[in-house]
Amino acid sequence: MQARVYVTLKPGVLDPQGNAVRGSLEALGFSKVQDVRLGKYLEIELAETDPMAARASVEEMCRRLLVNPVVESFRVDVPGTP
Amino acid sequence: MVGIVVFPGANCDHDAYHAVAHVLGASARFVWHKETSLSGATHVILPGGFSYGDYLRCGALARFSPVMGEVRRFADAGGPVLGICNGFQILCEAGLLPGVLGRNEGLRFVCADTFVRVESADSAATRGLSPGTVLRLPIAHAEGRYQRGPGGLDGDGATGRTLLRYCDEAGETTRAANPNGAEGNVAGVANRAGNVVGLMPHPERASEAVLGNVDGRRILEAFLRC
Repeated sequence: MQARVYVTLKPGVLDPQGNAVRGSLEALGFSKVQDVRLGKYLEIELAETDPMAARASVEEMCRRLLVNPVVESFRVDVPGTP
Repeated sequence: MVGIVVFPGANCDHDAYHAVAHVLGASARFVWHKETSLSGATHVILPGGFSYGDYLRCGALARFSPVMGEVRRFADAGGPVLGICNGFQILCEAGLLPGVLGRNEGLRFVCADTFVRVESADSAATRGLSPGTVLRLPIAHAEGRYQRGPGGLDGDGATGRTLLRYCDEAGETTRAANPNGAEGNVAGVANRAGNVVGLMPHPERASEAVLGNVDGRRILEAFLRC
């Protein structure tokens, strides 16, 4: 099964890349853009049939490698889990 | 003997070796990242570069290299460890130093000489240097914006110690002297015990008169005296 992981900067953490993208969007005429936050999206294929076990495993991956908890937070989507 | 850890993508390993062995006359040895022993090293340097291509986050993948278990044991036992630039990023990701280094505020890779002010002599790389001493040291990075994380620098001393701050030539830590937006102009930190040090500036690139700058020698000499 596939797990989807969204890694985002915590609120308040400066995001120079997001700011640069916002500036370029404004330059293109997208005048209503107020803010852009740039994060990461991962698709992880797992040899696992138990959705809850898959979720637990991916959350562990986030804590140990995929996310730096000092400045980032994450959300995990696994089909069949809350 | 100084162990200089070589990760795939390191590119300041030979600079560090040259400064330590040829300029300062200490014995040194490269330690490949897949080694599981530091071979009796008395000092460890994690050099600059782009370990693992900076994939995922700077330093995030290098921290799982086999040698890092030994580096952690060495650090926990009080051994002096110096991380320079990418080495600093690796030590933060490994949790051996507090904080994290984010993308520069100004959207640029900054390769320039900076002035830094010594804030504390209580570390393996600043021992013997008086607080307030101003050094000129080069930086070269895109991700050097230091952030301490929850609590910020207010708890300095609780989780680590600020060693160097970017400043102007007179030693004032002004906004204009901050090359990357680092919190509190921080350019270098140590762990609580002071034996693990991370610096964004490159002392090894400023250790010979022929290079036009010898200020970095004072950092490396302090480190080798430990």
